[in-house]
Amino acid sequence: MASKPRVKVPKKAKAGDIITIKTLISHKMESGQRKNKKGEKIPRKIINRFAATFNGTEVFSADIDPAVSANPYLEFRVKVNESGTFKFLWVDDDGSEYTTEKKITVG
Amino acid sequence: MKITRRKAMALGTAGALFAVFGSRINRAHASAEEIDAALKAFAEGAEIGEGQVSLTTPEIAENGNTVPISVEVDSPMTEDNHVKSVMVLADGNPNPEVITFNFTAASGVATAKTRIRLAKTQNVIAVAKMSDGSVHMAKNQVKVTIGGCGG
Repeated sequence: MASKPRVKVPKKAKAGDIITIKTLISHKMESGQRKNKKGEKIPRKIINRFAATFNGTEVFSADIDPAVSANPYLEFRVKVNESGTFKFLWVDDDGSEYTTEKKITVG
Repeated sequence: MKITRRKAMALGTAGALFAVFGSRINRAHASAEEIDAALKAFAEGAEIGEGQVSLTTPEIAENGNTVPISVEVDSPMTEDNHVKSVMVLADGNPNPEVITFNFTAASGVATAKTRIRLAKTQNVIAVAKMSDGSVHMAKNQVKVTIGGCGG
């Protein structure tokens, strides 16, 4: 089961700074290639999409395939010009969505 | 022709064996055609050039289950001139697609890091599509000691 998304966003930045965001979510990322003891394929169940929005605008996203490791980790950059809220979204193969938010103060 | 029980058993076994080994052969790794098709679909008709893309991978990955990779594309990242997306492919995995990063002008720098699975020693390919439609790629070989696809 997926749970507990963890995100690192700096609390403060200067206008125009390019900040680094690190994200991690606990998820097995079952690839659909593995077989169980009876030789039957274990059905695929992965996080297939990640998206980051800042004050309502999408700034980064990723389309994820089964070749991404368990507990998918993503690191990317965003240029910030104003204070606001980052929203992060992970979409599971079964349709569940996991979200979290972080605030940043830009001065 | 009358199908006896013995014949039916033999046929069934042959079929099952074919199904098992047939699928093994197909799924062992991505074919060159699959890679080509994925690249063509991504490039949308543009010619794929070299340079501008730097892909950082370990030379040797001891554990194929989690191989750190990092992609950076040289671009001013303005509204008119930025990197739209970067697709990562692995040519020795059962499916070549690994991940596609979608950037925006708000990214500031077109760089991203993640951890991927590699079934065996193979090439990792990063292709970047710019806002003007041009496409660039980079390729690195990663030697894998223990594969990461299970089963």
